Order: sequence, then C-alpha cells, then structure tokens
Amino acid sequence: MRFLVPVLVLVGLIVLFAVGLHHDPREVPSPLIGKPAPAFRLPLLGEEKLVSEAELKGRPLLVNFFASWCEGCQVEHPVLMKLAQEQQVEIVGMDYKDALPDITRWLQRHGNPYRKIVLDAQGTAGLDWGVYGVPETFVLNAEGVIVYKQIGPMTEDAWREKIAPLLAGARP
Amino acid sequence: MRRWLLLMAMAALPALATADEAALDATQESRYRALTQELRCLVCQNQNIADSNAPLAADLRNQVQAQIVAGRTDAEITRYLTDRYGDFVLYRPPFKAVTLLLWLGPALLVLLALALAWTFSRRSQRVPPAATVDPEQLKKLLDEQP
Repeated sequence: MRFLVPVLVLVGLIVLFAVGLHHDPREVPSPLIGKPAPAFRLPLLGEEKLVSEAELKGRPLLVNFFASWCEGCQVEHPVLMKLAQEQQVEIVGMDYKDALPDITRWLQRHGNPYRKIVLDAQGTAGLDWGVYGVPETFVLNAEGVIVYKQIGPMTEDAWREKIAPLLAGARP
Repeated sequence: MRRWLLLMAMAALPALATADEAALDATQESRYRALTQELRCLVCQNQNIADSNAPLAADLRNQVQAQIVAGRTDAEITRYLTDRYGDFVLYRPPFKAVTLLLWLGPALLVLLALALAWTFSRRSQRVPPAATVDPEQLKKLLDEQP
C-alpha cells in the first residue's frame, strides 16, 4: 500500500516517455488537412501554359514536392516510379526551388513518375502549401481536398497502410 | 592573401544580415525584429527565423518584411503563417483546448508537489507513543540473562 503512489508515478512516467519517444518532433502536423488545395498559378514543365489548383480536381492524386537537389527525393523515387508504373494513382510533381536544366537531367537519369510537373522555381507554392522540407507529399481526394500529408520520403508502407485506404474511400 | 580575403568576407557578413531590412522605417523594423524572434524556423526547430540560416527561414523573413511593408498587422502576419504551418511556428502558443495541459501543466505539477510535501511532513511529525515499561517484566528479562 505504501508503494502505491511511487508505482503510480513510475507507470505515469513510463507511459509519458513511451508516447514521447514514438513522437517525431520533425513531423509538424499540417493545418491544411481537410482543406482545399492552396491556390497557385505556375508554369508546367515542357509546356507553355500556366496551371492552377483547378487542375488538381476530379480524381484522387498525390501532389509530390520534390527537387533535383534533394537527397530524400532520390530515396523515395523508386516508390513513386512503382506507383506510376502500376497505375495505382496519378502523381503530380511540384518541382521546388529548382533550375530547369537540373530537373531535366535528374528526370532523364532517374525516370519520370509524374503525369505533370509544376515548376515552383521561387518556392511560392511551397510556402502556401506549408512545405518546410522536400520531399513532402499531399494526398488529394477527387474534390481537391487535402486528406493526408506524408512528411519525408514516400515509402511502400506509408502507401499501403495509410494512403491507399484513404484513396479507396475517396474514389468516385 | 587568402586569409585577408576571408577576413574581409567575414567583416562584410553583418552588412549582409541587415541588407534585407533596409526598406523598413524604425517602427517597422522593431516590429520585424519582434515578429521574427517569436516565429520558429521549421527546419532547425530550436531556432527562430531571425537567427536561422535555413533557406526557409530566409523566405519567411522576406514574407514578414513584405507584409509589414504592405501594411498588414502583426496579427494578420501571424495568421498567415499559422494558416500554413500551424501553431507550431509560434514560440508562444495560443491558450486553447489542445494547449490547456501545456499552459496549466507546470502549475498543476507545483500544486501536486506542494500536496505531496504537505502529506509527507505531516506523516513525519506524528510522534509514536512512548513505550511503556512494565518493571516486573523488565526484571524478569534481566534475571534470565546468563
């Protein structure tokens, strides 16, 4: 009986630390979840016209912020290539703070999993989407609403366990 | 020669640091300083955007400056950033339901500590009753000694 209080305190601390240690402080929850994709007007790679967020509506898709200078993007690239080849989902690339020759060379070398690539050379769209470190991937439903954000490289586990189930429900 | 070049480059650094504040008048500049010191850099999370060298911090500093020049209030600028990055960018999080424990936690812990100290001090003050000695029994015990 006299050990009740210390034991309770110890159990409380263990629970607190267990939660704290499994919580990655680098993953800042996005306030944009549940909100429509932020507006932008930017050029497309290899095309003359500007596109806007309206382009992202009508089907569920991934919006992947990436760059040729980004290490994590090379890590996730095979996963995106596989998703694109298996036609699991449409992927739109947001080329963040990059130079045209660099990104062209990068895509030639690693392959292109993107249906379209938006050129965010100044990082303005990145700012409006709350991007703080590429790669970051936003999951949009058919209404163009952000339903999930993957911070850091896309993984097969994240796709299978978190994103695919969300999109299965969002398919029209 | 190379060392001199390096020294000159280092001497020019403070000028670079203040270059992007040039367009502000005195009150605007003090607002800029206050705001950038209260906003957290999301890349190096233990630095504010005034101190951080991360490219994102530079972008956010430019945003703060541009919006001050455009005549937006501190609250509007803060709102702009929390709309994109959440309350995490604020070093001083707002007082609301989800931050209740954060704000009240320390006071609760102090209260808990005081309550524990009080109960423990009361327990140690309780004097155990003095042992009563039965002279007969004591004598018997002493006599039994070999």
